Amino acid sequence: MTTASGTKRDYSLVGESTRRAIETGLASAEWYHTDVARKTMKELMQRSDSPAIRDTMIWIIAILGSAAGIVWFWGTWWVVPFLFVYGVLYGSSSDSRWHECGHGTAFRTRWMNDVVYHIASFMLMRNPVQWRWSHARHHTDTIIVGRDAEIAVMRPPDLLKAALAFTGILDFRYSLPTLVRQAFGTLSDDEKSYIPQMEQHKAVIAARWHMVVYAATIAVAIALRSWIPLVLIGLPRLYGTWHMVLTGLLQHIGLADNVTDHRLNTRTVYMNPISRFIYWNMNYHVEHHMFPMVPYHALPKLHELIKHDLPVANPSMWHAYREVWPVLLRQLKYEDFYLKRELPPTAKPYRGEFHDLDITAAAAE
Amino acid sequence: MADWVEACAVDDVDEEDVIRFDHGGRSFAIYRSPEDAFFATDGFCTHEKAHLADGLVMDDIIECPKHNGRFNYKTGQAKGAPVCVNLKTYPVKVEAGKVMIDIG
Repeated sequence: MTTASGTKRDYSLVGESTRRAIETGLASAEWYHTDVARKTMKELMQRSDSPAIRDTMIWIIAILGSAAGIVWFWGTWWVVPFLFVYGVLYGSSSDSRWHECGHGTAFRTRWMNDVVYHIASFMLMRNPVQWRWSHARHHTDTIIVGRDAEIAVMRPPDLLKAALAFTGILDFRYSLPTLVRQAFGTLSDDEKSYIPQMEQHKAVIAARWHMVVYAATIAVAIALRSWIPLVLIGLPRLYGTWHMVLTGLLQHIGLADNVTDHRLNTRTVYMNPISRFIYWNMNYHVEHHMFPMVPYHALPKLHELIKHDLPVANPSMWHAYREVWPVLLRQLKYEDFYLKRELPPTAKPYRGEFHDLDITAAAAE
Repeated sequence: MADWVEACAVDDVDEEDVIRFDHGGRSFAIYRSPEDAFFATDGFCTHEKAHLADGLVMDDIIECPKHNGRFNYKTGQAKGAPVCVNLKTYPVKVEAGKVMIDIG
C-alpha cells in the first residue's frame, strides 16, 4: 500500500505529497503535447457563439419544459419521467456547462461564458470562485498527488464512496456545508493553497449569494407548504447527478498518477450522442487536457487529427468500466497498480525519464 | 534608455496572431492586431509559465494556452481569473518591413 518511494499517498494539498511534488519537479511541470501545426491549431481554437447559443437554448427549453411537467404532474406517477429529465439537465449537464464556460471556450463572448458559468456553478452547489481556481490547478497538475484539487477517486480506491457518488449524497453532504462554511468567511487550508489571497474574499461573497438563493427557496417552500421549490432547486443535485458521475469518473479513474503526459493519466471514451450533448464532448478528455483552448464543438475534429498519437479510445462507457474494474479491485491491495494505456505504433513513445518518478511499480499491461 | 531590437519581419506575423521572439535570455510575444498594428509583451503568462505565443488572439485579447487567462495585449491589462497580474508591454515600431521593439 505504498508508492514506489515508500510513502503512502497524501492527497492533502499542503502535506508531504505536495512537498515531494514540488521537490521532484512534478508540480507546474512541462507536459507532453502532440505536435499540431500552428495554423491548424489556430483554426481549432477559433471561438464562435453560435454552437453554444444553440445548445444553451435547447438546454434552457428542456429545463423549463421538464420543470413545467414536474409542476403539472406533481402527485402522480407521470412526474417520474419529468424528474428524470430535469434531474439530469440540472444535476449533470450543468457540470459540462460549468466546465466549458469556466475555460471561457464555450462562447466567443465573455459575458455569455460568465453568465452560464455562474448559473451552472449554482446548480452544482460549487463556489464559482473556488472552483475556477481548483480547476486551473487541475490543469496545471493533472492527477499529481498533493497538487491536484480535483482527483475524484484516490488510491486505494474507496469503492463504496465511488458507488454512492452516483446518488449525489456524498457530494451534497460535502458541497452544502462547504458553501455554508465559506459564507461565514472561512476557507480551508487546501482552498487557500490554490485561491490567491486577492481572490479569497470573492469566494466568500459568492458563497453568501448561493446561501441567499437557497434560503429564499426554503422560504417559498414553507410559504407554499410544498416540496416543489426544493425539488426544482437544490435537490436535483441528489437525484440528477448520476450522469455526471457516470461520465466524469472515466476521465482519469484507474490510470497513472504523478506523470506529465495526459495520454497516461486521462481517458477518451466514445459515447452516444445524448451523453455527448449532456457532457458537451468532454468524452474527448485527453484532447481537452492537452489543448484546453479548443472549444467543445471542435474536439471531435481535434481527436481525428491527433488520434494517431493517443491510446486507442475506449469504444463505450461500458467497455471503459469493464476495463478499469479489475484495476480498481487490485488497487485495493496494491495502490501503486494502475492501467497503462497502450500507444499505437504511430505515436511518440512515453518518456520514461518523466514518468518513472513514482510509477516504477507494476503496471497493468 | 531605449534599446530597440529587431524582432521579426512584418510578414512573419499573420493578422490577428502572435509569434514568439527570444532575445538575450528573455522571451517576448509579438502581436499583429486585426487593424494591422503591432504590439509586444512579455512572452510568458503572469499566472504560470506558459508561452503566450501558443495562445489565441481575438481582437485585442490574447488568451493563454494553459488556463485560458486573458490579457489585453495592447495595454497588458489582466482581464480576470486566473490571471491577476498585468502583463508587461513594450514599445513597438515598424521600419523598412521590420518589427522593432524597445526592450530597454
